[in-house]
Amino acid sequence: MNTASADTPGAAAAEADCWILRLYVAGQSPRSLRAVANLRRLCAEDIDVRYRLEVIDLYQQPELAQCEQVVALPALIKRLPEPLRSIVGDMSNAERVLVGLDLLRRASA
Amino acid sequence: MLGYHLSPTARGKAVRAQGGNLTEKLHLWATSSIKARAIDLIKSPTGIQGLDELTGGGLPTGRPTLVCGGAGCGKTLLSLEFLVHGALRYGEPGVFMAFEETAADLVQNVASLGFDLDDLVARRLLVIDHVRVERSEVKASGDYDLEGLFIRLDHAIRSIGVKRVVLDTLETLFAGLPNPAIPRAELRRLFGWLKARGVTDLIIGERGDDPGALTRQGLEEYVSDCVIVLDHRVVDMASSRRLRVVKYRGSTHGSNEYPFLIDECGISVLPIASVGLQHPASGERVSSGLDSLDAMLGGLGYFRGSSVLAAGTAGTGKTSLAATFAAAACQRGERVLVFAFEESPSQIVRNMRSIGIDLAPAIAQGLLRIHAARPTLLGLEMHLSVMLKEVAGFDPQVVVDPLSSFMKVGNENDVVQRMLLRLVDALKVKGITSFFTNLTQGGGAQEHTDVAISSLIDTWLLVRDMELGGERNRGLYVLKSRGMAHSNQIREFSLSAQGIELRDAYVGPAGVLTGSARLSQEAPERSGQLRRDQEILRKQAELASKREGIEAQVVAIRAEFAALEAAALAVIGQAEVSEARLSLDRDEMAHSRRAEPA
Repeated sequence: MNTASADTPGAAAAEADCWILRLYVAGQSPRSLRAVANLRRLCAEDIDVRYRLEVIDLYQQPELAQCEQVVALPALIKRLPEPLRSIVGDMSNAERVLVGLDLLRRASA
Repeated sequence: MLGYHLSPTARGKAVRAQGGNLTEKLHLWATSSIKARAIDLIKSPTGIQGLDELTGGGLPTGRPTLVCGGAGCGKTLLSLEFLVHGALRYGEPGVFMAFEETAADLVQNVASLGFDLDDLVARRLLVIDHVRVERSEVKASGDYDLEGLFIRLDHAIRSIGVKRVVLDTLETLFAGLPNPAIPRAELRRLFGWLKARGVTDLIIGERGDDPGALTRQGLEEYVSDCVIVLDHRVVDMASSRRLRVVKYRGSTHGSNEYPFLIDECGISVLPIASVGLQHPASGERVSSGLDSLDAMLGGLGYFRGSSVLAAGTAGTGKTSLAATFAAAACQRGERVLVFAFEESPSQIVRNMRSIGIDLAPAIAQGLLRIHAARPTLLGLEMHLSVMLKEVAGFDPQVVVDPLSSFMKVGNENDVVQRMLLRLVDALKVKGITSFFTNLTQGGGAQEHTDVAISSLIDTWLLVRDMELGGERNRGLYVLKSRGMAHSNQIREFSLSAQGIELRDAYVGPAGVLTGSARLSQEAPERSGQLRRDQEILRKQAELASKREGIEAQVVAIRAEFAALEAAALAVIGQAEVSEARLSLDRDEMAHSRRAEPA
């Protein structure tokens, strides 16, 4: 897996209201792949803020685990905008993810 | 019969080869396995004084050890010492996974003990990883595991080649994560993972309210190779810390509770050094500081390495005896450690100066050290631990201690006796001569009040008050002294500016007389003695004059006899001459008458 891959719909990520989402996974375990897939789908379909999703494999960059205080994996950490939020799991429960990120579901088009 | 280190399959082959029926084969199998193991377990020393002795070398290498106890028992400190000593003394870097305290807090907490954790981190001997798991911050969506923890541990272990790991305390994972089943499953994986990496781990568990369980979350299920329990209780307003090795698979260990201290150097556990009574007995003698007292002790003094007790009621001079002994030892160049529980060091020095013992130069030279503390400050065991620690640090040849301080603090007699036994034992093993003083209750039967400790004492001096004729004087006698002939006489014992003086007690018709009674009895004695002396002189003079008189008489009689003798001899001479003349005349006449032819 790439060390960091960003999915950004549209404009550059440097915008102030752009959400930075980092998903930490442990290699290519089934759970990790599930988490990536679930989150990608959720971001694409269910949220209506600008975001930038980075997937980070801690096997490649283990030193990040301490900095980010990651214990459980997979872990999604939203740093910007404040406040910091973290959700652990394979992201199968979309409602929980949204609640955890303080987001409302995008109204169905 | 079948060799030593056999694997099960090899054993199986050997058994089958031997043949025989099923019973024989089973017997063969059993006995071969019994013969297999004579290999000692490899252990990692903790570097904590006393704990390595207790565990027979340290914690099991490559295996997990559980350290549990209530809050504030010293678990974190113990684990930190394990890492620090491991890094500095045994060349084993370590990682501390801190779930409760931040790295900064840890560094600060142990800085006062002389452990510079920042320095160790900088030198790549230690990694501190603070793992924060905050329930309120974590939301769960779906299924997860604790691989993050493994990754962090692995990273830390690889970065500096860690050999020792501390996890303080995993129970936060249970509290911090929403689903407790996941940490439980992961724990099993964790210990297997750690074992595979060959690191020695120390798992810290906090004791909960359930008295049956060692830890709140039941960590003891997973960690059962070695379990150490720390305890901190308050008895009679004095705090007491204890440690117990509950379990140690594959090794013998001291399984009693042992008291330990936490002081400015860290933790020190003080187990009994000698389980049996195997300490060597020295034949060397040390002077008590008083020639007259040495004379009462077979002429030479106490045995080196023996225990001496000076007992007596208040104000009988026990401390003075102790000080005399200490001063004499310092003069010989030996180190003396004095424990003072009633007076401050300067007070002792001043008081002893008044009887002519100057301890100040010995203190200045570093030969004499006075350790002063209030006995009620510590529990009995802490008391003992402090004393043993001081002895270990200063390494004296002589120790002086007021025993009464033990009695004051301890409640039951047998507890006190056990403490004393450990103290005396520890001192004897090192060959240290110990001098105890004990304040006894007055009113006779002084030999009976301390029956609990009499068996521990080799030489027992008793200082008694003797009241007679309106005054009290002190008498000293040797109640017992093992291994030597000792005097059984009570001697009068007085203190003056010249020091202690022992005089022979005067035994008069009414018993022992001391002080003025003695003086008043001695005076007529002296005059009587004088009279007798004069009588003797007179008689001798008389005899001399008699002898002279008789000798004069003898001389006179002799002279008389001599005169008589001379006269008699003269008469005899004359008679002989005339006889001869007569004979001649007769011959001439015969010749002239021509009676014979011419």
